[in-house]
Amino acid sequence: MKEYQTITEISGPLVFVETDEPVGYDDIVEIELSDGETRRGQVLESASDYVAIQVFEGTEGIDRDASVRFLGETMKMPVTEDLLGRVMDGTGQPIDGGPEIVPDERRDIVGEAINPFSREYPEEFIQTGVSAIDGMNTLVRGQKLPIFSASGLPHNDLALQIARQATVPEEEEEGDDDEGSEFAVIFGAMGITAEEANEFMDDFERTGALERSVVFMNLADDPAVERTITPRLALTTAEYLAFEKDYHVLVILTDMTNYCEALREIGAAREEVPGRRGYPGYMYTDLAQLYERAGRIEGREGSVTQLPILTMPGDDDTHPIPDLTGYITEGQIYIDRDLNSQGIQPPINVLPSLSRLMDDGIGEGLTRADHADVKDQIFAAYAEGEDLRDLVNIVGREALSELDNKYLDFADRFEEEFVDQGTDTARSIDETLELGWDLLSMLPKDALNRIDEDLIEEHYREDETAETVEAEA
Amino acid sequence: MSQATDTDVREDGIIESVSGPVVTARDLDARMNDVVYVGSEGLMGEVIEIEGNITTIQVYEETSGVSPGEPVEGTGSPLSVDLGPGMLDAIYDGVQRPLDVLEEKMGSAFLDRGVDAPGIDLEKTWEFTPEVEEGDEVEAGDIVGTVPETPSIDHKVMVPPDSEGGEVVAIESGNFNVEETVVELDNGEEIQMHQEWPVRQQRPTVEKETPTEPLISGQRVLDGLFPIAKGGTAAIPGPFGSGKTVTQHQLAKWADADIVVYVGCGERGNEMTEVIEDFPELEDPTTGNALMDRTCLIANTSNMPVAARESCVYTGITIAEYFRDMGYDVALMADSTSRWAEAMREISSRLEEMPGEEGYPAYLSARLSEFYERAGYFENINGTEGSVSVIGAVSPPGGDFSEPVTQNTLRIVKTFWALDADLAERRHFPSINWNESYSLYRDQLDPWFEDNVRADWPETRQWAIDTLDEEAELQEIVQLVGKDALPEDQQLTLEIARYLREAWLQQNAFHDVDTFCEPEKTYRIMDAAKTYNDAAFEALDAGVPVEEITDIDAAPRLNRIGVQEDYNEYIDDLEDDIESQLRELY
Ligand SMILES: Nc1ncnc2c1ncn2[C@@H]1O[C@H](COP(=O)(O)OP(=O)(O)OP(=O)(O)O)[C@@H](O)[C@H]1O
Ligand SMILES: [Mg+2]
Repeated sequence: MKEYQTITEISGPLVFVETDEPVGYDDIVEIELSDGETRRGQVLESASDYVAIQVFEGTEGIDRDASVRFLGETMKMPVTEDLLGRVMDGTGQPIDGGPEIVPDERRDIVGEAINPFSREYPEEFIQTGVSAIDGMNTLVRGQKLPIFSASGLPHNDLALQIARQATVPEEEEEGDDDEGSEFAVIFGAMGITAEEANEFMDDFERTGALERSVVFMNLADDPAVERTITPRLALTTAEYLAFEKDYHVLVILTDMTNYCEALREIGAAREEVPGRRGYPGYMYTDLAQLYERAGRIEGREGSVTQLPILTMPGDDDTHPIPDLTGYITEGQIYIDRDLNSQGIQPPINVLPSLSRLMDDGIGEGLTRADHADVKDQIFAAYAEGEDLRDLVNIVGREALSELDNKYLDFADRFEEEFVDQGTDTARSIDETLELGWDLLSMLPKDALNRIDEDLIEEHYREDETAETVEAEA
Repeated sequence: MSQATDTDVREDGIIESVSGPVVTARDLDARMNDVVYVGSEGLMGEVIEIEGNITTIQVYEETSGVSPGEPVEGTGSPLSVDLGPGMLDAIYDGVQRPLDVLEEKMGSAFLDRGVDAPGIDLEKTWEFTPEVEEGDEVEAGDIVGTVPETPSIDHKVMVPPDSEGGEVVAIESGNFNVEETVVELDNGEEIQMHQEWPVRQQRPTVEKETPTEPLISGQRVLDGLFPIAKGGTAAIPGPFGSGKTVTQHQLAKWADADIVVYVGCGERGNEMTEVIEDFPELEDPTTGNALMDRTCLIANTSNMPVAARESCVYTGITIAEYFRDMGYDVALMADSTSRWAEAMREISSRLEEMPGEEGYPAYLSARLSEFYERAGYFENINGTEGSVSVIGAVSPPGGDFSEPVTQNTLRIVKTFWALDADLAERRHFPSINWNESYSLYRDQLDPWFEDNVRADWPETRQWAIDTLDEEAELQEIVQLVGKDALPEDQQLTLEIARYLREAWLQQNAFHDVDTFCEPEKTYRIMDAAKTYNDAAFEALDAGVPVEEITDIDAAPRLNRIGVQEDYNEYIDDLEDDIESQLRELY
């Protein structure tokens, strides 16, 4: 293998090298520093007489005497079922002191796009045990549903709660072991603090989830450029486990904001024409290449479900990171600062949240026949109550009609009883929907115009109305 | 994608540099927009710039591992689609490679590269029935025969637009594959059932006419307030999750077009899968056949190569024009045109072109208008009339409509369906904002609605618009003082407007019945609200307090009309009940 000592320029995370033999685009590079340290990088641009290399571990300490070797292949992830239970750094090197990993296969980390013709539409309900999700924004197997959060909010608690509780109820036959309906968890951390990392690891260890997890850790003080490969390693592992080994895999990626910052840094170093707010113009495509690696494939048992977490800079969801994410993923769950300060746990704001795959994943035979109607009605009633809160501040409760007052009460109780369940409670979908009916029965029957009349007859709590009638008299 | 047919011998080139989807080659003998095969794996690309002996190519496949020094082979043909029977019920990638064939050839659910496949099956035989006889003179565009392509659609075999025409000397009925000659002309020209056409070139027509017929969508807010014409153009801008795709899918399902070309441009894989799984099961409301029988899908999902995103809209519109030439009304949906514009931007920035507004190339506006100009109601060169309606979704960053793609699109299209995040958040679907949206076709389509639905369609609609306008004004006051502070007649208007919103404008795409609403039903729901309005104001004039009027138990039934299959009877009863319950109050 040819070694070059022809570095011409070092700039930010990039190194430019003169070459006299062709080098493949995207190929992996090893750079040996004068003190013997080796770093890895990737070819970003390849011309006949020079290449641009992005160095994962950063360029600090590299000088023009460093020697450069092109490995003649693109970045690969060694995959095997034995990865379950292992902890690795952001470049896939084990850091848990465990045995050497003997790969079954080495897979290209960029991954190929799933042929849309080969996909199977996701429609198996995942019970997360969280009412605001199961009832209002249902997650299904093979979905990509990000958590839109912001700094200082408990998004990690929610992610952990989901990872702990998620099951697919009433899994049919094949259930020789209970794990059939549990998920293998792939955890890809990008630039999170050591404290946060401990929080996750402690929980994984406490609950025994670690044995069915693969952890990739790029921490805040690890090189930023490395972050661009961490999620790809995680997703390559996930695809292997799902589509070769029949696992249902849940991938948690946190924090996508740090990933995007790394992209921006590389873009700036390359002096690219920046897109919105300095992020690269191709960030949509880049993110899509991660998020679209969720799904189901016809004829394969397993599935890849993604739960990426991002913190919105300035709590602003029009910022390019949440914005582009929302345009690619199949909905989003909003963590809300106000609800959090009111002590609601998990502080999910259901109104802007959305699960686009919900409609096909719920209903008779999947969850319950009344699910869709109950959800629609709760959304309508909660939105109405929310609106009235502004008004009531101005005119007072007395100035509002009886019905308007009920909507206000509904909104309060919805937050306090339905959303606020704590991080340790897992509710079945039945419990969630029954709770929904308890709340909806505060409203008069003919206000429930989103619900089929037969369903109202079946589920409406007459005694609650009786109370109301009394109150009116 | 079609193979090169040109037999020019062209010199191979050598790759000079690789940067993502953009590759440069040295010493390649090629013309602008020629298709070339790049590298030892033969990845498909297109020439997009020639400067001295350096040719720049956008590559329609991933370029990882490709290195300088590898060969580039020219084909001498521009990027073209292969047009013929077999395109309906098909799903293509952005350069017309059938995704089902690719799955089979690659033996994998993942898209490998360097695999090519013809756009239409070259071996499959079709039953050809001549429409002309020996001795007839035929010209370019003329229909020479038909093929029953699907139960819904007879495919018309046409003389290619660039043919010189002549006298038919041989034609026979029978089963042929698309490469076999079915007609011979006296000048020796042989006509097959397929023809190629370069995607970036509009297929010729005689003239564009003013559209006078609506493209009925079965969506109340569209047909009722903001109709699009057959041959018209529409844009649906909206932030993420506001309902662009659901609206496009609804149109693809229920619009009364003969042919639907659905282009998934840089969006989600699962959304294409949904169409593939649902459409074969759904019935075309006009013909009763499976919807897939009239549908051609083109998918370049967001994780597929970005250059093919740029080409997929052209592939789509060329296929649409071809069916238009047969005399069909074609509707093309592009979801999302923003991804196409971004693909242009990405390629342009790799070419280091001078960026225009927000980094988009200066030619963004020209490309958009060229594309939408290919829509229209046309007299075809064979004398038939056909139309291409184009409905483009737009995904503005941050939901801000002032950005370049939305603005440039709005300058061209005549129908604007503005999606509203606020409405979507309260689950008012379709969340098309009735105050901001418009249709410039409304007046020219009124005669059709008067003749085919009800003579007072325009007046009733105007009443609905006025009521909604008044509501918007009153809401501003209500926000400050509460509803009860308003005079009684205004409180009543608010209540009527609420029913217009909930019973008429809202429509649940996921309800078996409500998902499609014929124009008659659209009219009747609106008219039922008006019936309530008229009777209610009479009662108010007679001194009945507004609470009693709004409290009648018949009124909430308005919200249930949408889900009624036998709506006529339901509405008749409801209107009777409303009137009699109100009359009882005074
Ligand atoms: N007409 C409708 N009836 C019922 N639900 C709807 C309707 N329109 C939209 N929705 C709901 O809104 C969700 C989002 O809609 P859609 O996927 O069309 O958004 P979009 O504008 O295409 O977003 P993106 O830009 O991210 O692709 C749907 O999954 C569905 O739940
Ligand atoms: Mg969409």
